Amino acid sequence: MDNLLSIVTFVPALAAAILAIFLRGDDAASNRNAKWVALVATVLTFLVSLFILAEFDPANTNMQFVEEREWLLGMKYKLGVDGISILFVLLTTFMMPLVIAASWNVEVRVKEYMIAFLLLETLMLGVFMALDLILFYLFFEAGLIPMFLIIGIWGGKDRIYASFKFFLYTFLGSVLMLIAMVGMFMDAGTTDIPTLMNHQFASETFSVMGITVIGGMQTLMFLAFFASFAVKMPMWPVHTWLPDAHVQAPTAGSVVLAAILLKMGGYGFLRFSLPMFPIGSEVMTPLVLWMSVIAIVYTSLVAMVQEDMKKLIAYSSVAHMGYVTMGIFAANQQGIDGAIFQMLSHGFISGALFLCVGVIYDRMHTREIDAYGGLVTRMPAYALIFMFFTMANVGLPGTSGFIGEFLTLMGIFQANTWVALFATSGVIFSAAYALYLYRRVVFGDLIKESLKTINDMTAREKWIFAPLVAMTLILGVYPSLVTDIIGPSVEALITQYDTALEHGSAVNQVASH
Amino acid sequence: MISSDLNIILPEIVLSLYAMTALLVAVYTGKDKTAPMLTTLTAAVMALIGIWIGVSGGGTETAFGGMFIDDGFSRFAKVVILLSAAAVLIMGQDYMNRRGLLRFEYPLLIALSAVGMMVMVSAGDLMALYMGLELQSLSLYVVASLRRDSVKSTEAGLKYFVLGALSSGMLLFGSSLVYGFAGTTLFSGIIQAAGEGHVSLGLLFGLVFVTVGLAFKVSAVPFHMWTPDVYEGSPTPVTAFFATAPKVAALGLFARVLHDAFGGVVGDWQQILAALSLLSMFLGAVAAIGQTNIKRLMAYSSIAHMGFALMGLAAGTAFGVQAMLIYVTIYVVMNVGTFAFILMMEKDGQPVTDIRALNLYSKAEPGKALAMLILLFSLAGVPPLVGFFGKLYVLRAAYESGLAWLAIAGVIASVIGAFYYLRIVYYMYFGEEGEGLDSVKRPVLSVLLALSAAIMLVGVVNLFGIESIAQAAAATLVN
Repeated sequence: MDNLLSIVTFVPALAAAILAIFLRGDDAASNRNAKWVALVATVLTFLVSLFILAEFDPANTNMQFVEEREWLLGMKYKLGVDGISILFVLLTTFMMPLVIAASWNVEVRVKEYMIAFLLLETLMLGVFMALDLILFYLFFEAGLIPMFLIIGIWGGKDRIYASFKFFLYTFLGSVLMLIAMVGMFMDAGTTDIPTLMNHQFASETFSVMGITVIGGMQTLMFLAFFASFAVKMPMWPVHTWLPDAHVQAPTAGSVVLAAILLKMGGYGFLRFSLPMFPIGSEVMTPLVLWMSVIAIVYTSLVAMVQEDMKKLIAYSSVAHMGYVTMGIFAANQQGIDGAIFQMLSHGFISGALFLCVGVIYDRMHTREIDAYGGLVTRMPAYALIFMFFTMANVGLPGTSGFIGEFLTLMGIFQANTWVALFATSGVIFSAAYALYLYRRVVFGDLIKESLKTINDMTAREKWIFAPLVAMTLILGVYPSLVTDIIGPSVEALITQYDTALEHGSAVNQVASH
Repeated sequence: MISSDLNIILPEIVLSLYAMTALLVAVYTGKDKTAPMLTTLTAAVMALIGIWIGVSGGGTETAFGGMFIDDGFSRFAKVVILLSAAAVLIMGQDYMNRRGLLRFEYPLLIALSAVGMMVMVSAGDLMALYMGLELQSLSLYVVASLRRDSVKSTEAGLKYFVLGALSSGMLLFGSSLVYGFAGTTLFSGIIQAAGEGHVSLGLLFGLVFVTVGLAFKVSAVPFHMWTPDVYEGSPTPVTAFFATAPKVAALGLFARVLHDAFGGVVGDWQQILAALSLLSMFLGAVAAIGQTNIKRLMAYSSIAHMGFALMGLAAGTAFGVQAMLIYVTIYVVMNVGTFAFILMMEKDGQPVTDIRALNLYSKAEPGKALAMLILLFSLAGVPPLVGFFGKLYVLRAAYESGLAWLAIAGVIASVIGAFYYLRIVYYMYFGEEGEGLDSVKRPVLSVLLALSAAIMLVGVVNLFGIESIAQAAAATLVN
C-alpha cells in the first residue's frame, strides 16, 4: 500500500465527517450511534496502524512509507515514519479507542464530542508523520482547535479560563517557531525535513543589539523552536497552563493531553532541535538540563501539597517530562532511548492515572482528595489497579516507568553528574507524593457517608484498563520491544549530532582566529 | 487611437453606462419599487463584468498616454472587487428591504463606487488616481448615511466625509509636490525622476503625503480613527461593503503608486510601510479586546488585517505584492462569510450587534455556528484554515526582505488578536443557557456563509490555484 500513512491519518477525520454530515438528531439512539462510529473508527485506525509496524524495518534509519505530493509555495505534502516517530504513531492509535471507550458516559453534545476527538486524532497522527516543516506546523497548531473546544465545552467549572490559557499559551509558543521555519525555508530553500536534517545552518557567533549570540543563527532558531516545544512539553517555568487544562478538561481530554499531546514537545526536540541545530543545542544544553532538574524537583514538591487529584497527577506529569528533556539533551544512546521510552511509558501510565481519577469522579463528581478515603473496602478491583499504576508512576522495577527513568538517569550520569544527582532525588519525591495520594484516597477507614454506597468498577472500565496494564508490564519486563525499534534511528541521530558538533567547533575555531 | 483607448477601458464604460441608464430608468418609472430588481440586476452586471475581465486576455496595455493601465495586477484586483461587491449587494438586499432602506440609489451608488475602484487599481497617473479615488469615496459617503433618520448613521457619513476630505487634501498636497519636483504626473515619468537610490527632498515629502492619504483609505494606524465609528454607524450591509471591496481597491492603488511610481526607491518608503503595518497589527489586536459590538470588533479586526496586508507591501518585492494579493483575497472571502453571519443576527426581528447575544448559539443553530467557528479561527490565522496561509505568505515576504522583526511582531500581534476571535467562539459554544437569538431563515446568507467557511477548509489543498494567478499579477507590477 503506497499511502498507508495517509489512510491511518485520515480514517478518523473521515469518520468525523461522516458523523457531521449524516448523523442527525440529539436523542439517545443517535448518541449511541455516534459513540459506536467513533469507537469503530479508532479501532480500525489502530488495526491499520499495526500494518505499519509489521512492515517497518528497524535497521533502516531512513524515512519509510514515504508519500510525497506537491503543495503550495514549494512546500510538499510529505509523510513518513522512522524509528523515532513510529512508536508515537502507534501510541496515538492505541490510546484513542481507550479514550473513546472511557467517554461512554458523556451525555452532552455527544456527536460534537466524538467529532472533536476524531479530528484531534487525525491531527496528532499528522504531527508525528509530517515530513514537511509547514505541514508539521499545520498539524501541530490545528490540534489546538479541537482541544480548546473539548476543554471549553465539556470541561469543569473554570473551563473558560483554562481553555483560553491553554490556547493562547501554546499559540504564542508556536508562532515564534513559525518565524524560525520561514527563516529555515529561506536559508535552505526547502521545507523538506529529511533534507533540512542534513543542512548546515549558519553557526558563526554574531551580536544582535549588543548581545552576543554564541552559535549564531542556530541558537536563535533553537530558541524559537524551544519556545514552542517547552510550552508543549511543558517545562518549568512555562508549565502553568497544564495543571489548569488538566483539571478542567473532561477525563478523556486529560488522557489525550497527558498521553499524547505532551509527547509532541519531546518528539519535536528529537526531530528538529537536535538534528537541525546541533550547535545551538550544544550551546543551550546546560540551560535545558537545569530547567529539567528544576522541573523534576520543584514540581514534585508542588505535587505533594495538592488537594486536587488531577492537579497532583498533572504536576507529576511535568516532573516526568523533566526526565524526558534531560534524557534528550544528554545526547547519548541511553539518554535518548530512555527519553523515548519514558514518553511512551508515561503515555500509558499517566493516561491510566487520569482514567483512575475519572472512575471515581464519575461516581462522586469531585476530585478533592479529602472527599475520599477507605475506598479499598468497597472497591477492591479499583484499589488494585490504582495501586499498580501508582507504583508504575513511581518507577517500580518491573513496570515500564522504571526503565524510562533508569535509562534517562544513566544517560545523564555520563553527560553531567551534577544534574544526575539532583534528578535522582526526584525519584524519591515522586514516591512520596504518589504513595501519599494513594494512602489518602484508598486506605484508611471508610467513614464518609457519601462513599458508603460507591460501587466497584464495571466490566467496561476494567476492559479499558486491561490493555494499559498489559503494556506497562510488557514494556517493564521486556524493554527491547521498544529499544530494538528505536535503537538504530537514535544511533544515527547521535552520530549525526556528534559529527556536526566536531565540524561546528572547527568552524568556531576558524572564526575566532 | 481613441477607439483602441476606449476598448481598453470598456469594462469601466459598460458599468458606468449601466449605472447611469439604470438611474434614469428608475427615476422615470417606479423609483424605490424597482430597487429590489435593480439590486439583483446590478449584482449580476458586476459579477458578469468581473468574470469577463477574469477570462479576457492577458498582456499589459495602456490607454490615454499611460494614464490608464490594464495589466494582470489590475485585472486581479478588479475581479476581486467586482465579485465581492456583487456578493455583498446580494447579501444586503433582504436586510435593507426589511428596514425600508432599499432605495434605488443604493445599488447604483455601489456600482459607481466600483467604477471608481476599477479606475483606482488601473491608474497610471496621479490625476487618474485622484479621479478614481474620489468617485469611489463620494459614493461611499452617501451610502454610509443611507439611514437618514438615524443619528449614528448620519454621524458615520459625516465623519467619513470630513476625514475622507482631509485625507484627499493630503493626497492632493502630496501629488502637487510630486508633480512639482518630478515635472510630471505620470507614474512612468515619476519613476524616472525618482531614479534609483534616493529621491530628492521635495519628492520625498510628496511621497510621504501621498502615502498618508492612502493610509487613510486602507485605515492603517494612525489614520484609522474613522473606521470603528463608520463601521458601527452604517447599516450592516454597507459595513460589509466597506470591509471588502474598498480595501482591495485601496491596497491595489497603494501597491500601484509605490511600485509604479516609486519602485526605484523602495528603501525610502519601506520603513514607513513597516511602521504603518506594525501599528495597525497591534492596535487592531489590542483595541478589539474590549469591544462587545461585533461591528466595531470587525472594524478593529479589519485594521489588524490591513496591517498584515501592508506587511506584504512593505517587503517591496514581487513576492511581497503576490503575498498581499493573496492575503487580501482571503481576507475578503472571510469577511463576506462573517458579515453574512452578522446579518443573520436578529432578535424579535431587530438586528443585534452585541456579541453577548450569541450565548450558546451553537445549540440553536449548530450548522451556522460551526461555519462561523471556522471563519473565526481562519481570521485568527490558525492552521489548517486558509487564513493561516495568507499570514504565511506575508510573513515569508517580510522575512525575505530583511524585515524579520516585523514578522516576529506580526505573529505576536496575531496571538493577541486570537483572543477576541476566541471570545466569540466562547459565547457561541461555552456560554450559559439563556435567551438566544431568533432562528432566522435566510437562504442566500446561509449559502454565502457556508460557502465561505467551506473555502476556508478546502482551500488548504491548493488555495484554488490562486497562488500562480497572484504571482503572474504581481509580476506585471514589479519588474
